[in-house]
Amino acid sequence: MRRSREPIIWALFGGGGMASALFMPVLILVLFIAMPLGWVQGVQGAPFAELQALVRHPLTRLGLFVFISLCWFHWAHRFRYTLYDGLQLSHLNELVAVMTYGIAIAGTVVGAVLLWGVG
Amino acid sequence: MAETLTKPETVTLEVFRYRPELESEPTFDSFEVPYHPEWMILDALNYIKDDLDGSLSYRWACRMGVCGSCGMLANGQPVLTCATYLESLLPGPIRIEPLEGFPVIRDLVGDIGDFMGKLSEVKAWLIRDEEKPVEEGEYLQTPSQLDDYKQYSMCINCMLCYSACPIYRLEPEFIGPAAIALAQRYNMDSRDEGAEQRMDVLSQHHGIWDCTLVGECTEVCPKNVDPAGAIQRYKVSATLDYFKSLLMPGSSS
Amino acid sequence: MNPKYRLYYPRWYRKRIPIFWWLQKRSHAAFMGRELTAVFVAYAAIMLMVLVLAMDRGQAAFAEMMDWLGTPAVVVAHVLVLCILLFHTITWLNLAPMAIVVKLGDRKVPAAAVLIGHYAAWVACTGVVAWLLIWR
Repeated sequence: MRRSREPIIWALFGGGGMASALFMPVLILVLFIAMPLGWVQGVQGAPFAELQALVRHPLTRLGLFVFISLCWFHWAHRFRYTLYDGLQLSHLNELVAVMTYGIAIAGTVVGAVLLWGVG
Repeated sequence: MAETLTKPETVTLEVFRYRPELESEPTFDSFEVPYHPEWMILDALNYIKDDLDGSLSYRWACRMGVCGSCGMLANGQPVLTCATYLESLLPGPIRIEPLEGFPVIRDLVGDIGDFMGKLSEVKAWLIRDEEKPVEEGEYLQTPSQLDDYKQYSMCINCMLCYSACPIYRLEPEFIGPAAIALAQRYNMDSRDEGAEQRMDVLSQHHGIWDCTLVGECTEVCPKNVDPAGAIQRYKVSATLDYFKSLLMPGSSS
Repeated sequence: MNPKYRLYYPRWYRKRIPIFWWLQKRSHAAFMGRELTAVFVAYAAIMLMVLVLAMDRGQAAFAEMMDWLGTPAVVVAHVLVLCILLFHTITWLNLAPMAIVVKLGDRKVPAAAVLIGHYAAWVACTGVVAWLLIWR
């Protein structure tokens, strides 16, 4: 009997889960709460240039790309099973799989374009 | 000495009844059972069968929590009825139903043939390429090697975990917590050489991959087997094994 | 017995599972909530990309985005998102000892050590990212 290829996507799910667990809270706190509220520099003058340089650094681009991609695949795998268990859609299993992983691939591609196609 | 807490004289049990020869839908029968502080639910059920309604059907055997026969739902929770005090469920009424996930044959008796089949599917026994001849003596095992699998060997096949698992109810083809925990019990036994064979079964879609770590199975297990842990560990080892075989084709795990 | 054979035993009683079975028990609702945190992980990934885009368009675009992020309703929304992602982090890290059981020689690494190790990693990652974004 052929073994399922689930380990590949489970590894992506696991990696995405760990990465998002470790890094997302601080990113949200700093970039989406602290900076807009002015608790932390990053909007006016010199600090912005430094931030921009940081983001444009090749290592940051690579790190961000891997991180974003893992987050997408984490969502895709978990949401797929949420649809199976929560809405009992497992009879639509190919459609759900194509939809969720398709969106994850699209998100990854968009990420690559944004990180390397601009600036 | 004055009694500060008044204990009731009787307790009401609302028992699930299903008599396919009489009705097509299940009903609940109410029974008034004498209350004794040392009684378990099983004692109450035996009282009902002996004195109130001899037609009540249910499974039980050892009455001491080692055979795994008497699993039922008490107020919606899967429990061993021989190990659950009536006192813990006061003031009542106490609702008794058969375990979820299994079709009900009659009253509190469910069909467990599916689980029995799965035990065979995961090859829950020691597999060796070659048996050691008797003259060579026993297979020796250190305490550390025993420790590797001992927890998973505690399973009494009571199926409370299957009742608790929402995935098993949604996907009856899912192999299920106890079967995987028992597969792990043998995979981790130093005397066993059958991990490869079991992986063929467990890596199917309805093997371990249906599990989404709800975790209820571990919560209800009366023997602390931790089937959820067994399943997660197997996901990790199956994934590592998969990548190993991808990167190094031809190497056996 | 294969579940497919149940068709041939019509007198057995099978309870139908309601679509919203997970609303009937608190532990199941919490489980579903935990799984749905993944939606907010995807949302956060999208927002990070939007932020990178704004940053690449220059200071004006970035400032505009920061202004929008600073409006009260949006701040409240993101505080909620932060709480949801913290729920994801905590439930994820708490389950780590279940999946990761290692042996050093003859001794099993205690579950508490695995747990503390994961939380320490979280603190370390948080510290590094905060330092990079704020003080570098």
